[in-house]
Amino acid sequence: MPVATSPAVRVVTLNIDGQDLSAREDETIIEVCREHRIPIPSLCHLDGLTLWGGCRLCLVEMAGQERLFAACSTRVAEGMHILTNTERLRRYRRTIVELLFAERNHVCAVCVSNGHCELQALAQTCGVTHVTVPYRHQRYDVDSSHEMFRVDHNRCILCTRCVRVCDQIEGAHTWDVKGRGSDCQVITDLAQPWGESSTCTSCGKCVQVCPTGALVEQGTSVGEMVKDRRFLPILARRRQPR
Amino acid sequence: MNRDDLDEQAHRYQSDHNAGINQEVRVCMAASCQSSGALPVFDALTHALTAAAAPTCRVKGVGCMGLCSAGPLVAVAAPDAALNTATLYRDVQPDDAPAVVAAALGSDNVTAAAAAELETRRIPADLPFFAYQQRLVLEHAGVIDPDSFSGYVAVGGYAALVQALTEMTPGQVIAAVTASGLRGRGGGGYPTGLKWSTVAKMPPGQKYVICNADEGDPGAFMDRAILESDPHRVLEGMAIAAYAIGANKGFIYVRAEYPLAVERLNTAIRKAKKAGFLGNHLFETQFNFDVELRLGAGAFVCGEETALMASIQGLRGQPRPRPPYPAEAGLWGRPTLINNVETFANIAPIIENGGEWFAAIGTERSKGTKVFALAGAITNTGLIEVPMGTSLRTIIETIGGGIPNGRAFKAVQTGGPSGGCIPADHLDVGVDYDSLKTLGTIMGSGGMIVMDDSASMVDVARYFMEFCMSESCGKCVPCRAGTQQMHGLLDKIARGQASHADLSLLEQLCEVVRATSLCGLGQTAPNPVLSTLRYFRHEYEQQLQLTGV
Repeated sequence: MPVATSPAVRVVTLNIDGQDLSAREDETIIEVCREHRIPIPSLCHLDGLTLWGGCRLCLVEMAGQERLFAACSTRVAEGMHILTNTERLRRYRRTIVELLFAERNHVCAVCVSNGHCELQALAQTCGVTHVTVPYRHQRYDVDSSHEMFRVDHNRCILCTRCVRVCDQIEGAHTWDVKGRGSDCQVITDLAQPWGESSTCTSCGKCVQVCPTGALVEQGTSVGEMVKDRRFLPILARRRQPR
Repeated sequence: MNRDDLDEQAHRYQSDHNAGINQEVRVCMAASCQSSGALPVFDALTHALTAAAAPTCRVKGVGCMGLCSAGPLVAVAAPDAALNTATLYRDVQPDDAPAVVAAALGSDNVTAAAAAELETRRIPADLPFFAYQQRLVLEHAGVIDPDSFSGYVAVGGYAALVQALTEMTPGQVIAAVTASGLRGRGGGGYPTGLKWSTVAKMPPGQKYVICNADEGDPGAFMDRAILESDPHRVLEGMAIAAYAIGANKGFIYVRAEYPLAVERLNTAIRKAKKAGFLGNHLFETQFNFDVELRLGAGAFVCGEETALMASIQGLRGQPRPRPPYPAEAGLWGRPTLINNVETFANIAPIIENGGEWFAAIGTERSKGTKVFALAGAITNTGLIEVPMGTSLRTIIETIGGGIPNGRAFKAVQTGGPSGGCIPADHLDVGVDYDSLKTLGTIMGSGGMIVMDDSASMVDVARYFMEFCMSESCGKCVPCRAGTQQMHGLLDKIARGQASHADLSLLEQLCEVVRATSLCGLGQTAPNPVLSTLRYFRHEYEQQLQLTGV
């Protein structure tokens, strides 16, 4: 009897939160969860951009394993048993969101992204009613030198979506990160004012992918900054090798 | 070239070098002795020897002899003889040069006062610091001139590489390393043979070998001493590894804060290339191997393997999620083997003597010897090498000479900022990977910081947390923001302004940062806190009572 030839990419079955699901073995856990509308919180991952793995909010538990796995960076495998919403995970996620709120000055009431902010929405779904860790109250700059956009470092969570979209989709690589630890800051060119950047094409993709009110359009007032990132899956798909 | 040819070459070097010489005066020229004044001592000795007109004696700069607290160290020995046959003198000053030369020549051409003065600084031959050591990795440290290629070959150097290339298959090399039971000396303790065979089994093509010399733990200087004392030994280990896994290119990632190690490595690479021991078609085989240095710009996180590889590629030095592990997709996406300096320095004797010989040293699950750097409140600060399983008491009280200034031992921190402390109750534990893990700390790369009873353990935890906070790369939230919060809380406790709520928040953050951080730096950053809480919780509680809340 001839042996059946297997396709290049195999399909595996796995169990997430009690649901039996099938997935291609080159997919990550977060992709499978998004496809099946299983909510996984994340602030740095964005479909169409490369993996970052920095926010640590998408961590999930796996049966038989003590350590946690980041859903964005872990490939599915046959027979995996994954839990996405245990008490332990909820507690860790709350703490991480609290750490973000305490790190910089996220004052929703005066933010142009109020009501349209991923960090704010996530805090609500994670049940962050108050912040238990001490606020740092560190001062950060606002750079309004660009004629169309503004960067407010008080609202930045260093997810580097702007860095990646500028490099990988727009191809300009205007954004990067300087410093280390809590001194990290996103910068344009070699830490010049945005308005003086010689590489920025003013395409605005960074603004649209920014999850908070750190990158916004000029002229917006409280709650008016609504992001539109419909362009991203379309451009990302066109960039895929056929 | 085969092994007989190399032996012949070694003999030729020996007779060239040592013709008519029956005594040599060795001066430690490693960083710590240089900082206490070894260079003027070396010049004075050269001067004194010229004045004495004795062609049977020579002055030689060598690597680390270990007893750094007594530097500058000078040894008088027969040419290339092992360190334990040498007569050692501590705290040698340029003025002592004539007396040292006279002692080496056995002459009395020196004032009685100077001879008596030198005699007070002679280190007794049976000093426990040396007597309890087993020098395997440091076998040539303090014996050979680290800048001399022929000096290394003369003591049997590169014999293991020639043996591997001309008499063994890559599979046999890996089998020997696997049989030795060697585990990674950088801290994790991952079995070296397993790591090698994983990379070897990746499909053929471009592969890389990396030597991680980005030693960054506070109080650790093992790798620096090895590189400064015996750089060819590391190159030889890397070349053998490259042959075993099918790589033709190696990188040594060494921190720029080690200028002397960098200089000696550069010299070693240049001389090995010139002699045809690095390059193409080594020893008339099909094997090619080239090594390049890369200097780290002072980021602790670049000791983490994925950050290190990013840095070599010219990218920002920050870790990425694993898998894929470097063995599968490392440098420029190619299969890559990363080992620590000390791991590579263990390879040559394993190949020469066989894995079983190595496996007979040490304990059940931790084989061989380990180099430790003794620092802090201990009489003999310096570098030691002992078999795995040697008790902490032997290391600290016997070899280390105990605690100075009449104070009592309190704790020893192993594993640097990723490790923890061990209190006096556990001093009789034999040191190996597993016993230290049971005690809530790790072997780490081998730094041991000894603390006496004047140390505050809250301060210790705060110090290490400050280190992790400032060395966090900033990529993941728990490490970036969490270490900062933990440091703030520890500072508050240390200042006596904290409440019980602060302590319980600190413990919560420890759990979250440990479980959720991206790389080893963040995952282990809470360890010093957890470990001091485990053994010295009362010190934290005393600090809390200062507030009366």
